[in-house]
Amino acid sequence: MTKQSNMKLALSEEQAMVLESAREFCKENSSIEQVRALLHSKTQLNHIGYDETVWQQIVKLGWLGIATPEEFGGSNFGIGSVVGIAEAMGRYLLSTPFLPSIVATQLLLRAGNQQQHEQWLPKILDGSVATLALLDNEDWGATQIQCKATQEGNSFRLTGRKLMVCDALSASVFLVVLDLDGQTNVAIITPDQLSASAIRPHTLLDETKRACEVDFSDVLIMQDALLDSSSVAQALHDCMLIGAMLTAAEAVGSTGASLDSIVEYLKTRKQFGKLIGSYQALKHPSVDILCQMDSAKSLLYHAASVVDSEALDEDAEIACRMAKVAASEALLYAADRGIQFHGGMGFTYECDAQLYLRRAQWSQQQYGDAAHHRKRLAPLLLG
Amino acid sequence: MTAIEIGKNVNTKPSKSIDRSELKELQQDVRAWLKEHTPSNPDFLLPQSFMEVGSEQQLDFLRDWQYKVWSAGYLGMAWPSEYGGGGLSVEHQKVVDHEMLLRRVPIMPNTIGLGWAGPLINHVGSEQEKQKYLKGILTCEDIWCQGFSEPDHGSDLGSVQLKAVRDQDEYVLNGTKTWTTLGNFAKYMILLARTNPNAERKYDGLSFFLAPMGVTGIDPRPIQKLTGEYGFTETFFTDARIPASSLMGNEGQGWKIAMQTLQYERGAEAGAAGGLSRVPVVMEDLLTMARTQQRDGESVLQDPVVREQLVNLLIEEKAIRLGLRRSAIKVLCDDYPHSLALSTKLRFTEFNRRMRQYSLSLQGATGALYVGDESVPDGGFWQRSYFNNFSTTIGGGTSQIQANIVGESVLGLAKS
Repeated sequence: MTKQSNMKLALSEEQAMVLESAREFCKENSSIEQVRALLHSKTQLNHIGYDETVWQQIVKLGWLGIATPEEFGGSNFGIGSVVGIAEAMGRYLLSTPFLPSIVATQLLLRAGNQQQHEQWLPKILDGSVATLALLDNEDWGATQIQCKATQEGNSFRLTGRKLMVCDALSASVFLVVLDLDGQTNVAIITPDQLSASAIRPHTLLDETKRACEVDFSDVLIMQDALLDSSSVAQALHDCMLIGAMLTAAEAVGSTGASLDSIVEYLKTRKQFGKLIGSYQALKHPSVDILCQMDSAKSLLYHAASVVDSEALDEDAEIACRMAKVAASEALLYAADRGIQFHGGMGFTYECDAQLYLRRAQWSQQQYGDAAHHRKRLAPLLLG
Repeated sequence: MTAIEIGKNVNTKPSKSIDRSELKELQQDVRAWLKEHTPSNPDFLLPQSFMEVGSEQQLDFLRDWQYKVWSAGYLGMAWPSEYGGGGLSVEHQKVVDHEMLLRRVPIMPNTIGLGWAGPLINHVGSEQEKQKYLKGILTCEDIWCQGFSEPDHGSDLGSVQLKAVRDQDEYVLNGTKTWTTLGNFAKYMILLARTNPNAERKYDGLSFFLAPMGVTGIDPRPIQKLTGEYGFTETFFTDARIPASSLMGNEGQGWKIAMQTLQYERGAEAGAAGGLSRVPVVMEDLLTMARTQQRDGESVLQDPVVREQLVNLLIEEKAIRLGLRRSAIKVLCDDYPHSLALSTKLRFTEFNRRMRQYSLSLQGATGALYVGDESVPDGGFWQRSYFNNFSTTIGGGTSQIQANIVGESVLGLAKS
């Protein structure tokens, strides 16, 4: 007999409350008109990409501190409680620097020292945007870090640039993954340390999101800007999984919205004298979307039930990776069929179906695509 | 005969408060009992579900097993003791069922009696019917079958055509039922028949019978399945006369009683006597088999493409199982509230089909062998299991009909 696989799926009362208020909030504050007004193509490339007043309300609601211990002003509901918020944000395509700030907070909590905690956690709770600079290139599985820190007397000089740094334009703090004498570490960098032209916005496929290329070359840091070298590897490993889980949460929400838009169209559009939803060629794939979404959602809330503030165990790793595989594939399928099922309308920019297809591509790539996670699940599940 | 009150709630009466330690003790007892009394595998392949009993040999083996379980007091534990049950609670039976599942004991052959006919009689049957039928269901002396489907109306029960005409104190039956599981072994049939062909609504012309199979004019002819085995019959009724007392409730109540019967599929909670109706096959079993298979000179589990495909199947299996948990948490189901409940049959049976189909592709050359060959992995279990699984994607409403139901009832799309 093999070991019993972990099937925990539970929601605390607090988590249920947070989830319901998040849905309400995102619905109120992120109508499709509001989403469209903030798209890259409608604003300038160097616009922060979100509504500052909405961000301040999120700060007031205390969501930035939902998984932060009480001693730093947080409510300590656990990182799993962020899943409901991320799902709601995904459903209404509400883009803010919430997710990068949350994952950065987790990295600080897991590998920062007391002084770093005291300096940064209350600020982030107060709405200072934190983000992570993880990628040197396209490879989520990179084994060599190209961004380096070299010792110069008492300080360290950085060389290298990072891609896909979320919300870099509004960030007050960057957590930069770098190589220091062959060891992985993370440096805490503030924007005032960067040169004037260091931040270059990417042109993203998902126009609701913002990310930049950031050049950290010639930034000088002191030892106290480095996270604890003995816990940073595990902390990064955990944060990549948490990032994957939260991306999955957003994707599950967006899948729901994409499905809703398909169903709405299938219930109103007539062709050859019949509602197109009566045709099984459209009905059955819509049911497939529903079933894929159901799977992803079950796996997602299972992941939310097994992650915690300790180092993530194997069950949590399996859960996060499975959720990411299922959610990013469900969204891609839903969004792709969403374009097709809207017919000619679906081919236009005006049709909202494109928003979900663009988001699907974002969700696939963030924190590693489905193949990346399946490859890592194989040894855990098959030996 | 008075009309039967059909309640929506088919649960048995709430059980008295139960002593946890009593259940714990029961768990220990049944565990020990099963360890000692579970028969080892015979030299022929046993059926995986009650729908797959194909030979006398298999039936005799399983009949003995059911009788043994009942004699030990582990079957029908929540049924009233005056009819052969244990007079205990649903919780008791659930403990026992869980242990049987863990141990993968053989199935109960009389599932239609234990799971459908029995609970129905228990809940809405007359005193006379309870006295007559319930004990024989538990002991497996009386095998039951179900006569709902007809050749021309596979998934459309409302259109049942088999005619039942009252003649004095008898009904005369004419017509055909099909896919009658255990039809050639059964002593009784729960039968849906048309007593009034002129009813305004087709549903109102139906009546429900607890029909004896042994009368002249009922001819169950075994259907050979794609596995080569026998497991169902096509059952022909030619001027077959059954006693009028076989009618359950009143004429015209057939549809409602049939619908109530279909609700008992939820197991002990819904009133079933207990025991396993099928031995589940899970991914872990598939991996166990795959570990013995070679590809390119090494274990097939080292093949990168195979690994990718297996991971996908494992994800899907876990997601379906987790869905059962999530369905209990309302706030996590409120976008499409009935989705999980209505799509589980579709998803689970289709997953099983793909998983079993895939299992054969892991067997290399031996994937082309079948039950009876000495070199076939696991005695041909996977081959037969793949073929038999089509009964679940076709029976009880085909997957295509299920997809229509989900599309229409859950997503609210127009009827096809």
